[in-house]
Amino acid sequence: MISGTISRISGPVIMAKGMKGSKMYDVVKVGAEALRGEIIRLEGDEAVIQVYEDTTGLTLGEAVENTETPLSVELGPGLLASIYDGVQRPLPVLLKLSGDFIGRGITAPGLDRSKKWAFAPSVKNGDTLGHGDVIGTVKEFQFEHRVLVPPKVSGKVTEIRAGSFTVEEIVCVLDNKIRLPMMQSWPVRIPRPHIKKLDPLLPLITGQRVFDCMFPVTKGGTAMIPGGFGTGKTVSEQTLAKWSDTQIVVYIGCGERGNEMTDVLEEFPELVDPRTKLPLIERTILIANTSNMPVAAREASIYTGITIAEYFRDMGYDVALLADSTSRWGEALREVSGRLEEMPGEEGYPAYLATRLSAFYERAGRVICLGAGERNGSITVVGAVSPPGGDFSEPITQNTLRVVGTFWALDTNLAYRRHFPSVNWIKSYSLYLDCISEWYDKNIARDWRELREKAMYLLQKEVELQEIVQLVGPDALPDSEKAILDVTRMIREDFLQQSAYSDTDSFCPIEKQYLMLKVIMTYYEQANLAMNRGVSLRQVQVLPLKATIGRMKDAGEVDEVRKMIDEVTSAIARLEVER
Amino acid sequence: MKDTSLLTKEYRTIDYVSGPLIFVNGVLGASYGEIVKITLKDGEVRTGQVLDISEEHAVVQVFEGTRGIDLVGTTARFIGEPARINVSKDMLGRIFTGVGTPRDGGPDIIPEAVLDIAGTPINPSARDKPADFIQTGMSAIDGLNTLVRGQKLPIFSGSGLPASKLAAQIARQAKVRGEGEEFAVVFVAMGITHKEASFFMQDFERTGALDRVVFFMNLADDPTVERLAAPRCGLTVAEFLAFTHNLHVLVILTDMINYCEALREISTAREEVPGRRGYPGYMYTDLASIYERAGRLKGKTGSITQIPILTMPDDDITHPVPDLTGYITEGQIVLSRDIFRRGSDPPVDALPCLSRLMNLGIGPGKTREDHRGVADQLYASYAYGRDLRRLVAIVGEEALTDLDRKYLKFADGFERQFITQGDDDRSIETTLAIAWDLFATLPVDELKRIKREHIRKYHPAAKEAAADAPDKTSGS
Repeated sequence: MISGTISRISGPVIMAKGMKGSKMYDVVKVGAEALRGEIIRLEGDEAVIQVYEDTTGLTLGEAVENTETPLSVELGPGLLASIYDGVQRPLPVLLKLSGDFIGRGITAPGLDRSKKWAFAPSVKNGDTLGHGDVIGTVKEFQFEHRVLVPPKVSGKVTEIRAGSFTVEEIVCVLDNKIRLPMMQSWPVRIPRPHIKKLDPLLPLITGQRVFDCMFPVTKGGTAMIPGGFGTGKTVSEQTLAKWSDTQIVVYIGCGERGNEMTDVLEEFPELVDPRTKLPLIERTILIANTSNMPVAAREASIYTGITIAEYFRDMGYDVALLADSTSRWGEALREVSGRLEEMPGEEGYPAYLATRLSAFYERAGRVICLGAGERNGSITVVGAVSPPGGDFSEPITQNTLRVVGTFWALDTNLAYRRHFPSVNWIKSYSLYLDCISEWYDKNIARDWRELREKAMYLLQKEVELQEIVQLVGPDALPDSEKAILDVTRMIREDFLQQSAYSDTDSFCPIEKQYLMLKVIMTYYEQANLAMNRGVSLRQVQVLPLKATIGRMKDAGEVDEVRKMIDEVTSAIARLEVER
Repeated sequence: MKDTSLLTKEYRTIDYVSGPLIFVNGVLGASYGEIVKITLKDGEVRTGQVLDISEEHAVVQVFEGTRGIDLVGTTARFIGEPARINVSKDMLGRIFTGVGTPRDGGPDIIPEAVLDIAGTPINPSARDKPADFIQTGMSAIDGLNTLVRGQKLPIFSGSGLPASKLAAQIARQAKVRGEGEEFAVVFVAMGITHKEASFFMQDFERTGALDRVVFFMNLADDPTVERLAAPRCGLTVAEFLAFTHNLHVLVILTDMINYCEALREISTAREEVPGRRGYPGYMYTDLASIYERAGRLKGKTGSITQIPILTMPDDDITHPVPDLTGYITEGQIVLSRDIFRRGSDPPVDALPCLSRLMNLGIGPGKTREDHRGVADQLYASYAYGRDLRRLVAIVGEEALTDLDRKYLKFADGFERQFITQGDDDRSIETTLAIAWDLFATLPVDELKRIKREHIRKYHPAAKEAAADAPDKTSGS
């Protein structure tokens, strides 16, 4: 065993000498309290270690012991509905061990060792297994948890057991003496293997109009939500966690507020998934490393999260990983880098920031999983970014932009006027529109893309018109352009705005989304037709249609909205030319 | 306890002094974060804290400053313990320095407990959801950006704007309705002037609240580094009062900009790589270790609500200090020079204000069922009216439509009647009634953010139409 002594302490970073033989990213136990840390630099026989706990009280000369294993997470039944800190310590267990405040040097395994799970094998003696094959299933709530042969393991089954077991008990023995429990572990900094990456062709349906209809993301895609404080990043992330059509959601509260995590913890057991009607918490894993918890564990938290996501992906499920906020992760990187006295890059961030960010986002994707039977699974990563001063030119925003497919730019000015989600429709974009067109054509309507483009064009046009209005006043515009301002106001207020707190509107089915846009665009088309006939815009404006359209959000039935298309068409078509 | 802490280690090996830092050579067995007693030649004793230890030297920040420290006669004694403070319920009504020694001439505190001022993070699963509406009596807060117990809601001010008046008014008026529970105020002054400090003192005295307040005073002419300890001392006492004595504690921290300046001073003296505007890269984490000490715990009746006050340099909300604060706290109340000049009192600029926990504290049973809709509608209409002001400046009021002129008037009325209230203490019903009176100046069709049934119930025109409809909510 390699063990050394502390030779320097500087905040979350310590140095230890006598560590010859250590490997990078080995986990070490530091000092009498055995605080956990990770080696992040080696210099001769000295190791630089980032410590996952507060280092106050450590003394020079205290022992440092190398466990010679990399930082790993435990994977198996019992993950769902859990809440962990950044290095997979279960917070409710820590609560029992150390009370309301997190004490130091406490460890607890990620998975409950005493709980028994009913294991139903799906292989029999004599079967040949390769890595990634399903050996059986466990019912976790209503979820089918597939127990897989770990990567790089294969052999012929000599013994398989059915019944109730803890995660450590052996359920399967292979002919090469490999004994498999339900639990496996995996180093967080190494992506779990898969056979092949697939093109993302299916949309991630979120029930949010501005996301699904305007700037969609795919299952297996990546998206970023940057925005200054108060623009609704966290609410957006939580909304996605609630309504995304995936089987599993991993939510990482990375350096954010404690009260927000409480909010999720209390709200999710009460909310139900609109598709399965099961409590949302039963498909959710929470990782909470709040802003006042140790900074090195914050750095680790997003790796812990994505490794858990990969584990469920490998079972053949769709997973949404929501990281709030990746800026705090970048800052943790910067803080540790600063303590290492590394040469800083832009704004003090280390030069390897871009490499780390892209490596993280590339762990997203839709893949063919290891194992027989060709399972497909996906991880969609949505990262919130908190740019200082709301300025998108800063390094984290810019480096993330290079790797993500969808950009949801949140806008402080929209937030100030309570336009939520405050997604700026001019700055945002999605690179996945072409990938998912086929799915939308087949499942929604053929003219979805056309409607979207037209609405986007009008919104773009509105910006130009507003500039003119600022100079000469609204009366100077011709009727045709005033009609554009009318309709873009509808698009903004009656379509793009969507309250996350509304009972009726926080989740909007995709079909209703399409119909709502269709109603508004029909209004515009019909108004134009009428004006061509000689009807004045004023006549269209006094119709009670604006109020009707304004109440679409609260329509309970999709058909109610469908009927409005005819209602709008006929009401405007009936108008006669005034003289 | 480690055996090292029993040894007293005294060193005369200070070999470098820079700004607030001293470097002590060849220190054995010192621990990170431990407290150091520094004795000067003339016998004066100062307190410092270990920031960095290596085999060559220990870096110590000196709270009272390094003036008069020399390299020959000064000794440093490492006491083997982190910074601690004696706490007791008897601290109520007393005044302390930033490091927790009495400065009111009174006796020392007989401690009920001795606590580490750095605190430890609250386990997120031990937190209880903030849910109790605090009625501050201020329409701009209660109506639009409701404060709840356990929240941290800073006031972003500009130099010369009356943030202190607003904070004092909140401290004076804040109550949870229907409860007569015990409360306390912890007031932490960091680098503010004697005049500001005495304003608060007199205000508390006038309202008879003085014996419910614990003061930590680090005034503008007190040592800078002490400002780093002051909020931590204050919050340690607050946690003790809230979670041991079950009090509802309101913590006022003023002024956070001075705290951050002190942080920057230390960072610069340590020659660290600077982040934005010279502030250290870890300022977010450091501020979080203060702000996150607000909240409620499951199974405890006490709570900590924080109102930090922060002066935005040059009124710039994107300055690192307000920016990082806004990212950690649960909203912000923003004062604006423009609104101040227009004569609003308090000069709250509603648009950039926010309370993230508002939804937890409002609605039926807490405030009133129309509260959410009213707040959203006020925001939407006021924002539109503000836009029109800019337009009017260019094209003149005549170029506007009738409707737009109504919005313009609405925005004026909003500032003059809703935001402005002087020394009034308004109940939430009064606040909502003022809002409805303002809505009456707009066409009903424009009130899209409010549910139709609430319009029927509360709109003044609808009420007149059904004159016999009883007004259930007023006067409760």
